[in-house]
Amino acid sequence: MACDKKPEPAHDKLEQPPAVGVSVEGLGKSYGDLEVFKDISFKVDPGEIFVLMGPSGSGKSVLLRQIVGLETPTAGGVTIDGHDAASEATREHVRLGLVFQAGALFNSLSVYDNLALYPREHRLGTEKDIRGKVMHALEILSLGNVAEKFPSDLSGGMKKRVAIARALVMQPQLLLYDEPTSELDPVMSATIDEIIATLKNEYHVTSIVVSHDRDLALNIADQVGILMDGRLIHIGPPADLHHPTVQGSAE
Amino acid sequence: MQLLLRSLSYAGTLPRQSARFMEQCYVIGYTTLPIVAILSFFIGSVLALQAGYSLQDFGSMQFIGSLVGLSMARELGPMMVSILLAGRVGSAITAELASMKVYQEVDALVTMNIPPARMLVLPRLAAVLFMMPVLTIIANIIGWYGGAIVCKYTGFISLDPQAYFATLRHYMKFKDVGDGLCKAEVFGFVVVLVCCNIGLNTRGGPREIGAAVTRAVVVSLILILVLDYFVTKVLI
Repeated sequence: MACDKKPEPAHDKLEQPPAVGVSVEGLGKSYGDLEVFKDISFKVDPGEIFVLMGPSGSGKSVLLRQIVGLETPTAGGVTIDGHDAASEATREHVRLGLVFQAGALFNSLSVYDNLALYPREHRLGTEKDIRGKVMHALEILSLGNVAEKFPSDLSGGMKKRVAIARALVMQPQLLLYDEPTSELDPVMSATIDEIIATLKNEYHVTSIVVSHDRDLALNIADQVGILMDGRLIHIGPPADLHHPTVQGSAE
Repeated sequence: MQLLLRSLSYAGTLPRQSARFMEQCYVIGYTTLPIVAILSFFIGSVLALQAGYSLQDFGSMQFIGSLVGLSMARELGPMMVSILLAGRVGSAITAELASMKVYQEVDALVTMNIPPARMLVLPRLAAVLFMMPVLTIIANIIGWYGGAIVCKYTGFISLDPQAYFATLRHYMKFKDVGDGLCKAEVFGFVVVLVCCNIGLNTRGGPREIGAAVTRAVVVSLILILVLDYFVTKVLI
């Protein structure tokens, strides 16, 4: 499933809104007696790529859910562009996307309708405009031939790519990825890295990426955070990953 | 209650959700119609049979029409349609929404700033309000004819359909049918709201989806029976 197209996001028809910054302050989350993480603080500047690494079960995905306001933290808080992430009004002000680890595609809709849902619901252009944007996003991810298929007809990797294409169509100001390159072959992983980087360089989209992929962090990150045992044990530039202490934690 | 208020707050978006509304009308109305027709025919038939058996000693066979007519219109029509709705449509709604919740489709909607109450609940509530009277009227009519056929072809009753329908018309008022339709609207609305609410609050995996469906149907049936008493008391 090689992709030889230059990744150009589907943002050519509508003006890209400005990027937003994210501030996480003393964030903590517990489920009953189970403490997932505590006292997490970091800042992501507008247009920056922050890669969050850590072992499985360290709470990376839970942290993403706090940032997009899907769950309420037990301590601290998250602000996006100065607005409380847990508030519904934030989603009115800020266009944010989340690429879920399993895709979270709408199984009752075709791939095309999955991508067209957001612009249709928010009335972002005519049906012809929407079709152009959707097909363009699908082509970037080498998915032009699956537009009429349903998610149940797709492999895990294809579902992941459709989820990324769906996020591209949204023209997000803040885009969060939960393991975007898992289940993808190396060529497609490299393409996803390029897309994330292009969104930053050309459209100034702020990205927070949860990943185990050290190469992804080294290639595209502005900042890398390492989450372990419920603590953010390191934040710094990706070059720090070459440092023996940090390298050991990242591995 | 929170889900109801949130759904109603998006009522203005209903005209542009006409495709979803029509789809739900099809699911709630058209696909439920065959089973409603079959069951209401036999309920009307059994009512006529039991009434005939009870009234034969009193020589009051002509009242079977009014008895079947009033029972169907005021009680059994709306009750039966609502129970079928809970079992057939309510369970499907809960299963669909619960799996959407468990597999993060609902979370995806929230992050896309598409409120689930607007897209998933409102069209269903509107569709059930539109289809319940239709289904109940059809159930009533089929039940009445079921009773008429049994009265004509059962030896110990042998009541002419003209006499059957004459008493049915004479003793039934428009209010009786209207009260039944009110009940159907209340029961249908509550069933869909409960099933949506339980579906959207499901956590866990496939086992929890099954448990949510069972809970939704049981709660719906209990609410139908409890509400029936109170709504009847208000309407009488």
